[in-house]
Amino acid sequence: MNALAPGKPPGKESGVSSTSSEPSLYAKHQKVYPRAVSGPVRRVKWAVLAVLLSLYYVVPWIRWDRGEGVPDQAVLVDMAHARLFFFWFEIWPQEVYFLTGLLVLGAIGLFAVTSLFGRIWCGFTCPQTVWTDLFMWVERRIEGDRNARMKLDHGPRDARWWRLKLVKHAAWLAIAMATGGAWIMYFNDAPTVTVDILTGRASLAVYGFFALFTATTYVLAGAAREQVCTYMCPWPRFQGAMLDENSLVVTYRDWRGEPRGKPDAAHGDCVDCKACVHVCPTGIDIRDGQQLECIGCGLCVDACDDVMAKLGREKGLIAFETLKNLAASQAATRGMAPGPERLAAGMAVRRPQKVIRPRTLVYAGVLSAVLLVMLGAWLMRETLTLSVQRDRAPLYVTLSDGGIRNGYTLKLANKGRGATLHLAVALEGPQGLRLTVQDAEQDAAGRPVITTRDDGITQWRALVTAPAGLNLPESTPITFRLLDAQGRSVLAQQSSFLGPRR
Amino acid sequence: MPTKIEKDSLSGQNTTGHEWDGLKELNTPLPKWWLYTFYATVLFSLVWVVLYPALPITGATGLTGWTARGALPAQLEQSRARMEPMLARIRAATPEQIAADPELRAFAMAGGRVAFANNCAGCHGAGGQGAAGGFPSLADDDWIYGGSFEAIHHTISHGVRAGESDEERGIAMPAYLATQMLTLAQINDVAEHVLSLTDRATDRAAAQRGAELFAENCASCHGERGEGNRDMGAPRLNDRIWLYGGDKASIVRSISYSRAGVMPSWRGRLDPATINMLTVYVHALGGGE
Repeated sequence: MNALAPGKPPGKESGVSSTSSEPSLYAKHQKVYPRAVSGPVRRVKWAVLAVLLSLYYVVPWIRWDRGEGVPDQAVLVDMAHARLFFFWFEIWPQEVYFLTGLLVLGAIGLFAVTSLFGRIWCGFTCPQTVWTDLFMWVERRIEGDRNARMKLDHGPRDARWWRLKLVKHAAWLAIAMATGGAWIMYFNDAPTVTVDILTGRASLAVYGFFALFTATTYVLAGAAREQVCTYMCPWPRFQGAMLDENSLVVTYRDWRGEPRGKPDAAHGDCVDCKACVHVCPTGIDIRDGQQLECIGCGLCVDACDDVMAKLGREKGLIAFETLKNLAASQAATRGMAPGPERLAAGMAVRRPQKVIRPRTLVYAGVLSAVLLVMLGAWLMRETLTLSVQRDRAPLYVTLSDGGIRNGYTLKLANKGRGATLHLAVALEGPQGLRLTVQDAEQDAAGRPVITTRDDGITQWRALVTAPAGLNLPESTPITFRLLDAQGRSVLAQQSSFLGPRR
Repeated sequence: MPTKIEKDSLSGQNTTGHEWDGLKELNTPLPKWWLYTFYATVLFSLVWVVLYPALPITGATGLTGWTARGALPAQLEQSRARMEPMLARIRAATPEQIAADPELRAFAMAGGRVAFANNCAGCHGAGGQGAAGGFPSLADDDWIYGGSFEAIHHTISHGVRAGESDEERGIAMPAYLATQMLTLAQINDVAEHVLSLTDRATDRAAAQRGAELFAENCASCHGERGEGNRDMGAPRLNDRIWLYGGDKASIVRSISYSRAGVMPSWRGRLDPATINMLTVYVHALGGGE
């Protein structure tokens, strides 16, 4: 870093470093005290919060009968047995790309929704928003609303302060523990792990993750709050790339509100009551225009509508609006004096949101393409797979009569449950090759028969022998084919048969 | 070479006094959290050095007395105790019975694979493919002492020429040239005859002469037509598998100076359960009879 710019007056160097004219690189955290608000947006937010939290806490407890010896939890990531259960679906670790596909779908869906409706993910459904909302609600019940909390924090640390803070943090911790506990249940049998945690018999890993998610919930929703959105989250940084002038965003209609001031004929509709600022969970002023910190929750819309209703003015001074309409209204009302005419003129030029545009078409196209690929992959998913591993040490064995033998390991993976399949193994390759499978029974035609295991893998050792005089090349392609009782081909897997260099 | 330490008005920090083409280096202190974390790790390491073996001195222990080596027996005992129920069954069963029981067989194959890699693979190869110079392949169909469960178990237990009182695995072939039982010319004739057993003789007359010498000296162990004798560990001579090489020079050398490969006896080194597991594993390598 360049220290002192040349030409600075001497004598200043020994003075105090930072003066008010020089910008600091760091902003000191301003604690935000959001005020309670009611209205349609708030009601939607409560409803979304209730649905999402219930889903999160209740889903691990849903039971789902899958039969004997299989977990009966509807949603379970079974690390110990390497299975993922989701209602009707059960996937193996090698099929984790279905999960990847879901994440890709989620990301593109997020892009599409953002291009249409702005940051409703941030404002309504993001876990950070949902848990912060819940924590704020608890805080409000215990310490009171905005003014009471500010008074408490700036007042003396007396017995009441200690009591309220203690109760609040205890309540937060309880919620955080419930959250951390619920997370564990997605990875363990919920009733069992609950009893284990309470009786101290759970594993160190369970307690570790329990503590980790309790701590993150408590810190992120209790202390960090809007700083997560402003400083930690990458999404606000690049969501601007998804938004355009046709996206719905929370907007202050400055053409209608300015100049702000007293509710008289000389001023616009904004009476500068700062209700929008006081309810904002990130502590910003929406009247400054679009800004990174705005999570698009729309609580300022409710707060402003409330004030407008009390003043007998039309609602919607702050509204979910496209920037295109905002610009049109600004243009139509330029130079007009405040009053009903300006309002009417501004509102008249607004057009319905343009939903179909290149950006949304691209998102919709990519979304349906990924959806189709995933659907296809799921429908064509193999429930029975065969893998053939050729022995590498030794590559081949010379027999006493000069014949050549290769060893193979056959692994038959059966992702289904129910009937045990008996499959005959047939070898396709040069005439004369003989196949034996160790410990396998034989069918009527003398072919070895291998069997499947429910939701598991059976392993077989196969020996293929080329009698002396067959004179195969160094490497010969062969195919192991599995046949059902009717002789139909079920599966086939290629491998090779190696011999000495000739 | 610090020259002049100045105070930067923008950040309030001193410079280091280093300057390059007008660029001055700022002496910004480490962030507090970083520094305290660093102090904490220093403190941790001090406590560690006192409590745990940390000094590069043989036999150094900390105050706790804990060592990785000292902790090992307990861990071994623990894993042994976990496997004991299965091991007890393996110990009680014969290799045939183990191979016939899918559960025992799976356990024995897994345990046998590990024991083989630890004890046998050094000579016989990772897949039992053997090695040149007298380490027989265990994956082919040619057995010197037999490939049945019983024979494999016996060979592992008693070894080959391992100095056991058990004479069955102790017989060695005479060195015909070294002991002057045969002349070099006679040995050449015998070698030609041995080659003729697999139709590879180059000198028919020599092979004819060697036939008589073979019948006198070799047939008692290796058989009239070189079919071998497993009771004595005399290898087959009429097949395509040669432990010490099947070319004439190798055969001449074998007759002249004898061959007597040695395999240690394992019954004193491995417990009966491990030998049972090894037997099942070796039997399944491909040559089991």
